[in-house]
Amino acid sequence: MSTISDERGEAARPAMQELAEDPSSRKRFLSMMGGAGAASAFAIFLAACGGDDEEQSSSTSTMKKEKKKPVAGGDLAIVQYALTLEHLETDFYNAVIDAGIIKNKSLGKIAVMIRDNEQEHVDALTATVEKLGGKPMRPKTNFDAVLEGGPKMVLETAATVENLGAAAYLGQAGRIESKEVLAAALAIHSIEARHAAALNTVVGRTIVPDGAFAKPASMAEVLPQVKPFLA
Amino acid sequence: MSNENLVAPELAAIDIQGISRGSFIMRGAVAAGAVYGLGAVSPFVRQALAQEGGGDVEILNFALTLEYLEAAFYTQALKQTKGLSGDVRSLAKEIRDNENEHVGALMSTIKDLGGTPVKAPGVDFGNAFATQKSFLKLAQTFEDTGVSAYNGAAPAIKSKDVLAAAGSIVQIEARHAAAIRLLNGQPISDGGFDKSLDMQAVLDAVKPFVKS
Repeated sequence: MSTISDERGEAARPAMQELAEDPSSRKRFLSMMGGAGAASAFAIFLAACGGDDEEQSSSTSTMKKEKKKPVAGGDLAIVQYALTLEHLETDFYNAVIDAGIIKNKSLGKIAVMIRDNEQEHVDALTATVEKLGGKPMRPKTNFDAVLEGGPKMVLETAATVENLGAAAYLGQAGRIESKEVLAAALAIHSIEARHAAALNTVVGRTIVPDGAFAKPASMAEVLPQVKPFLA
Repeated sequence: MSNENLVAPELAAIDIQGISRGSFIMRGAVAAGAVYGLGAVSPFVRQALAQEGGGDVEILNFALTLEYLEAAFYTQALKQTKGLSGDVRSLAKEIRDNENEHVGALMSTIKDLGGTPVKAPGVDFGNAFATQKSFLKLAQTFEDTGVSAYNGAAPAIKSKDVLAAAGSIVQIEARHAAAIRLLNGQPISDGGFDKSLDMQAVLDAVKPFVKS
């Protein structure tokens, strides 16, 4: 565990903010992600994760000048991204359960089980972010539009979000440097895939929409799709 | 076998359930020898311990063996299990087709890396196809074990391309597992994190179904 403790001490969020504020590094980052039109999604993503921007950015510039640590990008940014998606999922199932929208008993049980899994993911990723020296992200979410759509829309959305989540983890696997972080991401990835298959079955979709080989999704592909749920 | 022979010496220090990677590979190979006969194991060991880039080939051949087993399992199930419901039959077909595609992809990846794909093992699934219920029960074991096998092996993969391929396959295994578990009336996962298994544990789990 010592490999992931202190060396990459800077928070991902400042690194992401630097990207958002600096056009040239943002350009590099976006071309790295291979996404056109991702800039606006990225800005929204950052805004949604907001709260105490001033404190973060000032401490970042101090750290950069004084300590010259390597930019955290890497694993910390990936774990923050995963944490954001897991918060989104947890909030979604909590909203669905609280609203009592799913009347079917066995479907309700599945929703609770998935919610519990997502909460476990949030807890694990939060601890990982802290271990990596970052400040865990917490997006503000809003699912009113989905809830108003009724149970069918809720289940369809759940299926879509789980398939997207699985693709999002797959999209990051090759970019993770630490073996421990990779192992954790993989242990979560296959759970998201299980959720996706179960919900696909519930809504009458195939369990393997990409065929025998699952397709990854980059941040640039994922972020615009979760944008509607960020308050 | 000393650590100098390892293709990835930095991994030798990593303990896998209390044993070094070097002896871990040997133990896996010895177990595989018991299962497949020594002829199959010699290239397995040579690739794992001597060849540059052999680490990934070793893992891919391990994965290939599991996919062979799964493909054979569903192929036989569709032929032998009486009274499969329509839903179960079409799911079994879809899974069988996926597993066959995995076999093909792993074989060509191994060849691309300069390795030799292992041969398909002989199989014996006992009374698994007596009823739909017994088939689904063993199917769940295979799929869950497959997920844990890939998750356990993946962090040791060196090539980004091979890791991406393994990731795109394990996600499918997990989807299979969930679908089978739904049919079995089981929770779709055991908790929020899939377990990872080392090669030895996986070989032990599938050993009863392999015949040389």
